[in-house]
Amino acid sequence: MSRIKYIFKKEFGLYFISPIAYIVISIFLLVTGWLFFSTFFLYNQANLRNFFNLLPITFSFVVPAITMRLFSEELNVGSYEILLTMPVTSLDVILGKFLAATAFIVVMLIPTISYPVMISFIGQLDWGPVIGGYLGAILLGAAFTAIGLFASSLTRNQITAFIIGMAICLGLTLIDKMLILLPKGILGLLQYMGADFHFQNIAKGVIDSRDILYSLSISFVALYGTHIVMQERN
Amino acid sequence: MIHVEDLTKYYGDFCAVNQINFDIEKGEILGLLGPNGAGKTTTLRMLTGFIQPTSGTIRVKDLNIYRDTFEIKKILGYLPESAPLYHDMLVYDYLIFVSGIRGIEKEKRPSHIHHLADLCGINEIMHKPIGELSKGYRQRVGLAHAMMGDPEILILDEPTSGLDPNQIVEIREIIRQIGREKTVVLSTHILSEAEATCNRIIIVNHGKIVADGSTDTLKQSASGGHLEISLQNADLKSVREKLMPIDGVEGITQLDGEGYLHLRINCKSPPDIRADIYREIKKTDWVLLEFHHETKTLENIFRELTKEI
Repeated sequence: MSRIKYIFKKEFGLYFISPIAYIVISIFLLVTGWLFFSTFFLYNQANLRNFFNLLPITFSFVVPAITMRLFSEELNVGSYEILLTMPVTSLDVILGKFLAATAFIVVMLIPTISYPVMISFIGQLDWGPVIGGYLGAILLGAAFTAIGLFASSLTRNQITAFIIGMAICLGLTLIDKMLILLPKGILGLLQYMGADFHFQNIAKGVIDSRDILYSLSISFVALYGTHIVMQERN
Repeated sequence: MIHVEDLTKYYGDFCAVNQINFDIEKGEILGLLGPNGAGKTTTLRMLTGFIQPTSGTIRVKDLNIYRDTFEIKKILGYLPESAPLYHDMLVYDYLIFVSGIRGIEKEKRPSHIHHLADLCGINEIMHKPIGELSKGYRQRVGLAHAMMGDPEILILDEPTSGLDPNQIVEIREIIRQIGREKTVVLSTHILSEAEATCNRIIIVNHGKIVADGSTDTLKQSASGGHLEISLQNADLKSVREKLMPIDGVEGITQLDGEGYLHLRINCKSPPDIRADIYREIKKTDWVLLEFHHETKTLENIFRELTKEI
């Protein structure tokens, strides 16, 4: 456990040493803030639904950018050899990195709390869906982080890792939007696989164990895949 | 301390290490010597548990590399080739991170790190990002990393590659210092380095061990060698008559020399024939001015053992 803690600390610290963290956070806030407030006053409704509606799409781009370096850089520089010959298991490394990136996403979401706070001054805000939305955002962020980590373990090129991660995340987000083209039999399954579908449930304020389980199972599968890839490398 | 048996590693079809066997005793400084691509790094990586052998066993103390990888990692410090460290981190932060993973108690960390910094001479660069360091300093940080937590065994992959002569001497001095208490395995393709730092050398070529022993035994066991003698009051013909019959003498040639005879005697070794030659000379009225045993240099041995056939 303490070994995961040290890897977590190292990875989390590394985000803030390089300027990447600040750039990613700025871009995220700029894009979500602009998309949200450009239509907010047209709807004239005191809720955050629009913000949360767009979150799976923005996360599909932002999260892989956060996770792309986690393994690719280590493999490229060769520091993975140094890391793994210390008394740690590859599971410690994976979990430490996963938790660090998830924590970074939480940090990235913190400034957006100013949106509901501001809205609560100008209208009647229902805090239930907002809290649900943030919970869903963290779960979604964790699931996408696991996917990004998996993509990063596949290649030593960070750009490739970013594109693979983005493709998988975007695929999961959009899968239930393309159901019109498909036969009825597999509709339920595909809808269940859609990340957006589950996220919107939570964002409405409905906390269903199935939606939470979905995020956890995506995270688990992706982390397990990462574990297998890293084992195979040796 | 370390027992290696029938160790083999294939990369696809390519056989990098081919059934090698050796034992390393506690307190030895072992040099793994060989040309590029001989399988040195692969062997070291298997010793650290970073890559899995295709077949064969490695035992460190009583631990098995397959089953107790984690326990082995605890007593082993490793410096990979060219010290690939985290470029963005400060040296001090990095060493703190390593000391945490190595499980050193929080109160002891600063003093342990300062001790290592003194030993490796990195005191004045502790506040710099690793990426800005010169190669020599990075190597020293890597060495400090490897020694963190006082592991019993140190494995160093080309610890002096890319350093300038002064730095090489310093790093060697550090390694010799460590070697007094710990078991050190280092790889190199520089012969003088192995000769200067190691008390035992294993030469590998194409994944096989071609020689194993201390520097002295290696030199002695190598075929050939010659004696040089200088004689006064003698002529080449009579010297040949007297000395050629001695068992082991293969040929006598004259070298330069004014007023005396300077000869080179090619001989098989072993056996050592110096005593026989001296006795033969004593019987005559020659004056022996010089008697010198020229052993083969390690360089010749290395070239002989690893040259392409």
